[in-house]
Amino acid sequence: MMRVALQVTCINDALFPDTGKAVVTLLRRLGVEVEFPSQQTCCGQPMVNTGYVDEAVPALRSFVEAFTGYDAIVTPSGSCAGCARHQHQIVARRSGDTSLVAAVEETAPRVFELSEFLIDQLGVTDVGASFPHTVTYHPTCHSLRMLGVGDRPRRLLEEVRGLRLVDLPDAEECCGFGGTFAMKNADTSIAMGSDKARHVRATGAEVLVAGDNSCLMHIGGLLSRQRSGVRTMHLAEVLASTEGLS
Amino acid sequence: MSATFVGMPVFPVAARAALADTQLRHNLAHATGTIRDKRASVVAEVPDWEDLRTAGAAIKDATLADLEQHLVQLEAALTEQGATVHWARDAAEANWIVADIAQSHGVDEVVKVKSMATQEIGLNEALAAEGIAALETDLAELIVQLGDDLPSHILVPAIHRNRAEIRQIFLDRMASAGRPAPADLTDEPAELAAAARLHLREKFLRATMAVSGANFAVAETGTLVVVESEGNGRMCLTLPDVLVSVVGIEKLVPTWGDLEVFLRLLPRSSTGERMNPYTSTWTGVTPGDGPREIHVVLLDNGRTRALADEVGRQALRCIRCSACLNACPVYERVGGHAYGSVYPGPIGAILNPLMKGVGQDAQTDSLPYASSLCGACYEVCPVKIDIPSVLVDLRAQVVDAHRGQLPQAKSLAEAVAMKGAAATFASSRRLGVAERFARLGTGLARRLPVASPWTGARDLPRGPVESFRAWFRRTDGGRSE
Repeated sequence: MMRVALQVTCINDALFPDTGKAVVTLLRRLGVEVEFPSQQTCCGQPMVNTGYVDEAVPALRSFVEAFTGYDAIVTPSGSCAGCARHQHQIVARRSGDTSLVAAVEETAPRVFELSEFLIDQLGVTDVGASFPHTVTYHPTCHSLRMLGVGDRPRRLLEEVRGLRLVDLPDAEECCGFGGTFAMKNADTSIAMGSDKARHVRATGAEVLVAGDNSCLMHIGGLLSRQRSGVRTMHLAEVLASTEGLS
Repeated sequence: MSATFVGMPVFPVAARAALADTQLRHNLAHATGTIRDKRASVVAEVPDWEDLRTAGAAIKDATLADLEQHLVQLEAALTEQGATVHWARDAAEANWIVADIAQSHGVDEVVKVKSMATQEIGLNEALAAEGIAALETDLAELIVQLGDDLPSHILVPAIHRNRAEIRQIFLDRMASAGRPAPADLTDEPAELAAAARLHLREKFLRATMAVSGANFAVAETGTLVVVESEGNGRMCLTLPDVLVSVVGIEKLVPTWGDLEVFLRLLPRSSTGERMNPYTSTWTGVTPGDGPREIHVVLLDNGRTRALADEVGRQALRCIRCSACLNACPVYERVGGHAYGSVYPGPIGAILNPLMKGVGQDAQTDSLPYASSLCGACYEVCPVKIDIPSVLVDLRAQVVDAHRGQLPQAKSLAEAVAMKGAAATFASSRRLGVAERFARLGTGLARRLPVASPWTGARDLPRGPVESFRAWFRRTDGGRSE
């Protein structure tokens, strides 16, 4: 029996717990009982990407303490998965702690973004979901370009009963969130996000779906300020939904 | 011709001003979108594109790893072919060498081939200080020079201008620089090009000295290569008696076989063409054909500093194609001037700090942060420069350079926040406590009338009543809900 851990991510833990609950519900429906190692905190990306690598070491220690020994570590975030797979070793090496380097060698390749886990590890595209709404999908940059999830999220969405998927113009262009970029270069971030929000509105979709709540918090914040009437939802919540099923 | 990047504000400040220029936003979105589409379609035609990228990166890496030997080989080959080789440690030395050559020939006017290296060292301004006029002959560089403007793109330096603005610059400024524009000039591209052609022709015919850069320098034969679209470069390379080329030491390729790879990568990545219209190559002096005196100034100016940077040295693979600029969502919105350098966009955001070093001026230190790390630049780079990874590494260098210093109020807040995050994320118990306070914080921030950088244009999410970890503990992962 595969031991699977949920890395919920710090932002989902604190601000979007429904996404974590959706992953638990979804995987349970597919016969996978995920564990939530409570020592977990954050992947360390906010510190690494702002240049504070030393400050990411404590978070990395919590990470390996929480997740060592699991066969798979599932996370509802392309960005956090990207950090674990591509940046943890940089942080570990800089710490000078060889045991941390060895621990990261164990954990990093076992981290899977949700759509990767569903399709590559479980081999499912129809997850038994139902969501009778018009949806557009934004492929987040790190899931697309750091992880290379490709069309996996779309393939999952296409199997959802009742869901009508409409194309987002310039879908692969960054929304402008970029972690602390959203604060340090707020004007540019907002300019990029405004164009993304404009494209979302042009689709006529009711719901914007993505695999990263950080990007959705940014685009959703703009859509909300514009009183656009479009809501944002994490991919996991759509895949967990059974709305309209009798 | 007095415009200069010296004293530019930090990136966020410059970007804010640029974002307010609606004409600029429109010009850039249109131009970068057009080039992006052209590039994508011609790259898709090449079945072995990924292999070509890998080859390009590998050739450059191997050359850089053994740069000294290849440079000595290049120098020997050039000298044997009758060229004079000069070595310049920095901008001042290179400028002095070029000015000295001009003065030794009694020249007070030189024509220029479009060249990033000479812009990097501020050659035109240095020559002007010696009473020597440097005349740009590339159409876009001419527009920038006549407009007393700064270049905003590596390949298309006047990308921030539309044709109506170009017409006005020609009408207002051409007369004072030589042959005036026709009074009935319209903004039709063909008419604008014709006006430039007439204006430039008298300069080509009059010039006795030309200054160029080089896209490539082939070490085995001592051959310099310039790749261009207009043919104006070839005029400069063949008509005057004296030709001086300022060449960055990373422009070197060992053999003609290596050159082939880059001549396939460059046009498709830069102009989105299968092949560029003009490729000029010259190997020293050929009696009775072209310049009678050939000088090559091999320029360091921070390149060896970049070469010493383990993560950043890959930036020296750059062949100045501009694909990363055109792909960059940040560049598309703020334009090139905000980067405060002749090298703007993603490559500029790494090249400038690598060549100048970080921790010395706030403008340079702001550049590695001028990116959302979306990775679009890496995806299109023909020599596979992992720009996002270099940006992140440079951010760490910026932070490290300021560790132990008394920080400014703004960076102090950031440093304190990061230290706080480090302590909080060290233990899940501390994080649990912090989350309860954070919910209070978001609740407050949503209600505060003051606009923070986030809430100025974006609503904050409504914080949940219970964190995920609290829910999981309370309900045994939903089993007892």
